[in-house]
Amino acid sequence: MMSYSAPIRDLTFAATELADLHGVCRLPGFEEVTAELLQSILEEAGKFAGEVLAPINWSGDQQGVRLENGQVRTADGWQEAYQQFIQGGWNGLPFATEVGGQGLPWLVATAVAEIWHAANMSFSLCPLLTQSAIEAIQAHGSAQQKATYLPKLVSGEWSGTMNLTEPQAGSDLSAVKTRAVAEGDHYLLSGQKIFITYGDHDLTDNIIHLVLARTPHAPPGVKGISLFIVPKFLPDAHGNWKLRNDIETLSLERKLGIHASPTAVLGYGAKSGAVGYLVGEENHGLIYMFTMMNVARHAVGVEGNGVAERAYQQAVAFAAQRIQGREIDDPSGERVAIIHHPDIKRLLLLQKCRIEALRALALLVGGCMDHERRQTDAQLQTRAREMVEIMTPIVKGYATELGLENVSLALQVHGGMGFIEETGAAQHYRDQRITPIYEGTTGIQALDLIGRKLIRDGGAMNGRVIERIREQCGALANARELAAMTDGMAKALAILQESANSIVASAADNMQLPAAVSEPYLRLWGVVACGWQMLKAADVSLTKQQDKQPADGRGDQQDATFYRNKLHTARFYFSSEMPKVHALGEIISTSSQLVVAADASLFQAG
Amino acid sequence: MKILVAVKRVIDANIRVRVKPDHSGVETANVKMAMNPFCEIAVEEALRIQQAGDAEEVILFSAGPQKCQETIRTGLAMGADRGLHVLTDERLEPLAIAKMIAAAAEQQGADLIILGKQSIDDDHNQTGQIVAALMRRALGSYISEIKKVAGGFAITREIDAGLEKLRITSPAVVTTDLRLNEPRYASLPNIMKAKKKPIDELSVADLGVDIGCRTEILSVVEPPARQAGVMVSDAGELVDKLKNQAKVI
Ligand SMILES: Cc1cc2nc3c(=O)[nH]c(=O)nc-3n(C[C@H](O)[C@H](O)[C@H](O)COP(=O)(O)OP(=O)(O)OC[C@H]3O[C@@H](n4cnc5c(N)ncnc54)[C@H](O)[C@@H]3O)c2cc1C
Repeated sequence: MMSYSAPIRDLTFAATELADLHGVCRLPGFEEVTAELLQSILEEAGKFAGEVLAPINWSGDQQGVRLENGQVRTADGWQEAYQQFIQGGWNGLPFATEVGGQGLPWLVATAVAEIWHAANMSFSLCPLLTQSAIEAIQAHGSAQQKATYLPKLVSGEWSGTMNLTEPQAGSDLSAVKTRAVAEGDHYLLSGQKIFITYGDHDLTDNIIHLVLARTPHAPPGVKGISLFIVPKFLPDAHGNWKLRNDIETLSLERKLGIHASPTAVLGYGAKSGAVGYLVGEENHGLIYMFTMMNVARHAVGVEGNGVAERAYQQAVAFAAQRIQGREIDDPSGERVAIIHHPDIKRLLLLQKCRIEALRALALLVGGCMDHERRQTDAQLQTRAREMVEIMTPIVKGYATELGLENVSLALQVHGGMGFIEETGAAQHYRDQRITPIYEGTTGIQALDLIGRKLIRDGGAMNGRVIERIREQCGALANARELAAMTDGMAKALAILQESANSIVASAADNMQLPAAVSEPYLRLWGVVACGWQMLKAADVSLTKQQDKQPADGRGDQQDATFYRNKLHTARFYFSSEMPKVHALGEIISTSSQLVVAADASLFQAG
Repeated sequence: MKILVAVKRVIDANIRVRVKPDHSGVETANVKMAMNPFCEIAVEEALRIQQAGDAEEVILFSAGPQKCQETIRTGLAMGADRGLHVLTDERLEPLAIAKMIAAAAEQQGADLIILGKQSIDDDHNQTGQIVAALMRRALGSYISEIKKVAGGFAITREIDAGLEKLRITSPAVVTTDLRLNEPRYASLPNIMKAKKKPIDELSVADLGVDIGCRTEILSVVEPPARQAGVMVSDAGELVDKLKNQAKVI
């Protein structure tokens, strides 16, 4: 199977030169974080990912998970890898030192998370879900709940899950039916949850489920949903967490991909009721969920881009080794590796420029998450929060949708071998398919982007964010040399602003209209946001190329190659991805009526 | 007991090494570097001895350009206590490195020196032996086991005929074989702690040794490409080919 080599140079570039690691390091609590520390962390994470997680990615896919006597068993090697992972202290990377975490910035956590997801997506979902559970308890749990659950979740001794979905309640959580009835200091839950990632497994001693449910007199809809902590094992009389709670794993789903990640149907309270503990106040559950949603959605975007990076690496290796055809301008020459063919180079370049742009965007948002939490200057903090608000659905929606296209291109590079399972390219294609679905489908991200992030305040916040990007792009050091790109960027921002205006205007008429073009609008934002990152990358690269002094002590020559290639990649992005803004702008301005006017008869067979 | 571990910065084991176009050496400019795998095993063993309570301090030694400090940091992140770096951009032969290690071990009062049996770049398999000779210390080469015992160490050596069990006196020099242990991954807390651990930078003059080269590199070339094999139909044909074509029997 293909190996994985963490893109450490590009991750450090994106973190230090695009996402302003230095600014993040100046935030209170991050004084010890430096570029050198980031480098060491990425190198060691890359080593662990490459040697421990990546080798069991394919075997895990082939073997899958199984349910034996009510207990889920993970694939061979999973338990050992998980033990090594938590013993390495990786599980607690971004969490507070008081609860056993390492207190590192989300910017660093984002870079490291890409490495885990790329090496082994199915494996890394377990820590990803635990991270969400920690965030929820951290933000809304009582002091006692924090003391009870956080240290073990942060260390990874226990894992966490998110139990939202029910058969009738997926995108629309107002339909949640699971019941919770108060009994003394706790509640008894009953109902069914489906599609629960790592809902049961054999990696940890306990599993802490965070469950959305309704209390008996709760108001209908989203305002009547509460959040509960429901452990798989409860403490017995001696305080040992050995008492089995009334939760049953009813079945495991057979799926298109992520075969080694258990997706469970969980039955709560079939016997006596599952013991659960209320988080915060009754009926506030969905609001609590939303506070951690940003982190989880951002994480899935990073995941989508990580899987694309893995597939891309495999495609490059294959293209360099597969001999087929001759140089198109030398028909009598030697047969060559397919990487010589212009169309293969184009396929690889497309993947590369998108992955690098999305990586930079995801890290930038990671850094903004740090400013949002720790910045003491109120104005800077607001700016960071607004960036996170706008960019979260874009990172989630666009990185996963584009990730899907990318893994398809990576497979295409392999020709027929790509379609054959043993090659391994197919696994990335299958695994990637879930990323635009869970944690809110792309459609739901798009509604978030036009609803809460645009229409709600008449486009004011959206306009401010666009303006800040415009300012940055207007103040580049190498604006003259990059005129073609800055020009393209200015036009793209104008189209984005126009589209946003038209969406706000049409919303006043009929909300159906903006909803009909919300997905193209999310894509438009994605293309522009990525372009912003590539333009910055080009600017930095030009400056670095002109600098005779290697600023960070790395070998001159190595850096020269890196920056030259970065500039090349950025130029390719502007020639091959950026032009999409014109088409998307057109789609947004002309298609909504046609979508809304389509009635059921249009979709009837015949 | 103090342990000194020598660690070398080499081209990462997963990288395909390329010869420079002028045949003066191998290309190192654009390639990923890492700690020599045998040195990782040496660091791991030192840490195990320390964890067993048999050593107070594990000191890492490396000689070479500035970047060697990254290699030392890698070992510090595994858990070693501090580093010594001899800064030099000269080409270093095993004899020169051995002299520096011996001088450093003397200065530090190291009772046990652990080295990899060889480095994967030059494959000399000499440095440990020379250190022991220079210091007139007991040598245990190619070890797959080591235990502190009264007055010295009980070791197992991997030799052609199998395993050789020996007892050597302290102070000693040992070189590690592949099966000695499986090196740990650095944990995140240790990676963060490593940043604060001291690395003392020395010059060659501080150690008072002559590192002049005794050899000269004439040319470095790629090994010849392997020829495709041929299938033989029976043993008779094989013997015939070995006799008359390969002329080896
Ligand atoms: C492998 C896997 C793992 C999962 N892990 C978890 C987990 O750990 N915890 C958990 O709680 N859930 C989990 N889920 C559930 C997942 O989050 C949901 O499947 C997802 O949110 C979509 O809900 P749904 O399947 O009910 O689809 P539906 O909501 O029925 O959506 C069907 C389609 O309709 C669209 N749609 C729905 N409503 C609207 C609307 N208002 N406007 C426009 N379009 C709309 C959607 O975009 C989608 O295209 C998992 C699912 C899978 C497959």
